[in-house]
Parts: sequence; structure tokens; C-alpha cells
Amino acid sequence: MKLAFWGILMSAALGLICALIRYWKIPVLQRIIGMYIELARNTPLMIQLFFLYYGLPRLGLLLEGSTCAIVGLTFLGGAYMAEAYRGGLVAVSRSQIEIGLSIGLRPFQVLRYVVFPQALAVALPALTATSIFLIKETSVFSIVALKDLMYVAKDLLREGHSTESNLLLIVSYLAIILPVSLIFGYLERKVRFAGFGN
Amino acid sequence: MKKSDQAILKVTDLHKQFDQTEVLKGIDLDVYPGEVIVIVGPSGCGKSTFLRCLNGLEPINSGRVELNGQVITAPGTDWSLIRQKIGMVFQNYELFPHLNVMDNILLGPTKVQGRKKSEAKAEAESWLERVDLLEKAQAYPRQLSGGQKQRVAIVRALCMSPEVMLFDEVTASLDPEMVREVLDVMLNLAKGGLTMLIVTHEMAFAKAVADRVIFMDQGYVIETNTPEAFFNNPNTERARKFLNIFQFEGVHKVQ
Repeated sequence: MKLAFWGILMSAALGLICALIRYWKIPVLQRIIGMYIELARNTPLMIQLFFLYYGLPRLGLLLEGSTCAIVGLTFLGGAYMAEAYRGGLVAVSRSQIEIGLSIGLRPFQVLRYVVFPQALAVALPALTATSIFLIKETSVFSIVALKDLMYVAKDLLREGHSTESNLLLIVSYLAIILPVSLIFGYLERKVRFAGFGN
Repeated sequence: MKKSDQAILKVTDLHKQFDQTEVLKGIDLDVYPGEVIVIVGPSGCGKSTFLRCLNGLEPINSGRVELNGQVITAPGTDWSLIRQKIGMVFQNYELFPHLNVMDNILLGPTKVQGRKKSEAKAEAESWLERVDLLEKAQAYPRQLSGGQKQRVAIVRALCMSPEVMLFDEVTASLDPEMVREVLDVMLNLAKGGLTMLIVTHEMAFAKAVADRVIFMDQGYVIETNTPEAFFNNPNTERARKFLNIFQFEGVHKVQ
């Protein structure tokens, strides 16, 4: 759970940086980010973790299991969140930017006070979905020898409590994710209230 | 004409092109303090582009613009500073939808000019009162009509204490009864001595508010005249043709 928290936080940060780079069409960097996004979205997290945990040591970089997990989650989540933010950014019309400029705001201030708050309102549902998705993806952490829910459940399974443990597993995930989902839902309504409707 | 010695805004041989199309083909214009200039002309004649060039939303290709003697179209211009002196209101009465009326207005004065919120707020309130919208200070843009939004947009620009205001077809997307309330605000500003450049299709309003009328067509200034002369007896054939668009012959039904 702690891993998921850090993973989500860092994904949100990485995603924002990537989205801004693509939004501003910074040469070269935007191409690299584009490739990163395709790579991260189109390969399974399990493979990415394998690479981090078993592949990197061969290149002389030994990462702890939990570091691998956070890096892996961030790598994957950053790509999804970048696309979510970008969707929000491009939804803010060009004239909003011009009006911001016309009252003397500097480009960065336009981004901060005009574009970003509106972009966030648009991006939030997709950011929520990604966050929940990331929490669920923690179920593959067992492959890097971390004790996640799945790992514990597998132990129980081996001891012969198959149906009960499965049920327990589902309930546990729900217990973790539902509150997260509700919190994001509340946030969305809050941002929406002031949101679009011109 | 209200003229003083030095032009507040001086435009010399301004050229602007988009890709291969030349939109402005050498515009010259001096604007004097307190003057109200109305720019009219058919769609696509370059009048909106002209206004956008004046506050740097469109880079120009050649020529120059001076504000109080300072060239503002040279590279390295601090447009943030210039735009505080040249306010602009647009056709799409766009407020920032995520901010209420007061915060829309205060964004510029507090973030750009670094003014105290309480002091800027007092000024905003007095402006809102003048445009009859004080009770809407806490409303969000989506709760306002088009005319109300446009009046807020005007106040938002005015609170930066600009020396010149540019109005780009500010009533073009409003319902007729809302057009009036916005034009009345502008008439009052003109009476108050604000220097204004107005692009509009409201000919009756142009006639009432203008000190000078400028007629543009295909990227040129075709005619500069007093409003009386321009609307009653224009010098050029093209202006005459343009004005005829706004005239209707009486309908004589065939029996």
C-alpha cells in the first residue's frame, strides 16, 4: 500500500513533466517522451519488473525489491498519467491562453493560474482511473519477492483454503480501493463545481 | 478632435502575413490620448489581426508600433509590461471558467502588478458597480449571461489601468438586447476620456462613439474620416459599397 502511494505520487509528478514537454512541443525531448510512453504502455508491468529486478543487476545495478516496485509503478503510471494530463491541457482553448496573456500574465503564470486548474478538472477522472489501476497492479509485486495481498493469498491457497482466500483477496482489494475511489470522486465534484460551463 | 501633441500609439507601415497570405499591407495610424477610433470593414479585411498585432498576440513581419515613443515591436519587448498598458477585450466573452467574477478581475492586478488584494478589490468593486454587476462579484461565469460576461471582461481589462483599450468585435456574438448594455458601458468609457480602438460591425454605435472612423479593406486602410463624413458621404467608392450592405431598400410587393 505504501508502495502504491509512492508509485502514484511519483507517477503524477513524472506524468505532469512529460505532459508539459509534449504540450510545449520541446524538440527532441518530446520525441523521447513519446517513445517512453509507447514503451511503458505497451509492455506488461511484470516484464518491466523482471527487467528491473533480474535484468539490471547484470548491468551492475542492484535494486532492492521495494525500489524496483516503485520505479516500475512510476514507469508505467507516469506514461498513463502523462496522457491524462495532456488530454486536459489540450482541452483548454487557445483563447483562454490569449486572454491570460492579454492581461499581462507571463506564459508560466498563464499555465499556473489559467490552464492548469482547468486541465486538472478535465484530467482528474483519467488520473483517478490510473491511480486505481496502479494499486491493483501491485498484485504483481510478489514476483520481486514482496509480500503483497496476492502473495499472502497464495500462501493460504497452498494450505488449502482456496475459496475463502480468493474471496478474502477480493474483499481486501475492495477495502483498499473503494475509499480511494470515493476520495477521488469527491475531489472531482469539487473541481468540477468551478469547472467548465461557458 | 481631442488632440494633444504626442501620439500615444504610433503605427508605421505595419505588415503582417500568415504563411503566403499578406493580411496587413502597410498600416499607418497615430492614436492620440483620449481619442476613440473605430475600425470598420468587411470580414477578413485584417482589422482583428491589426488589433492583435498591437498587443503582441501576433508577431508582425515589418513596420513598427510605438507606445508613448517606445518601439514595442522590436525583439526583446517585455510584452507583459506592454499589455498592462494596452488592454484588450475579445469577441468570445471568455472569462476564466474556474474563477468567480471577482477572482477573474483580480488575477491581473494581484499576480501581474503585485497589488494588494484588498486595494485591488476595492477598485474592482467600484468598476463592477459602474457596470451594474456588483451583486454578481461571487458568481461563476457559467451563471452569467453573455452580456454580463462581456461587461466583466471589460472590467477585468480596465482594472489593469491601461492607457489604451482595444475592443475586438466585443458584441459580435451577443443577442441584440445584450449588445446594448455592453455598448453603453463603452460609450461611458469614451465619455470618461479613455483612449480606445474599437473594431465593430455596429454602425450606429460607431457613428455615436467615434472621433475618427477607419475603413479597412484587403489589408489596407482605405479611408480615414470623421464619423459624420464617413457615414453620410464617404470619400471612397469602396466605403460607399461597404456601407450599402447595411442599408435596406423598402420592399415593394408586386401586385
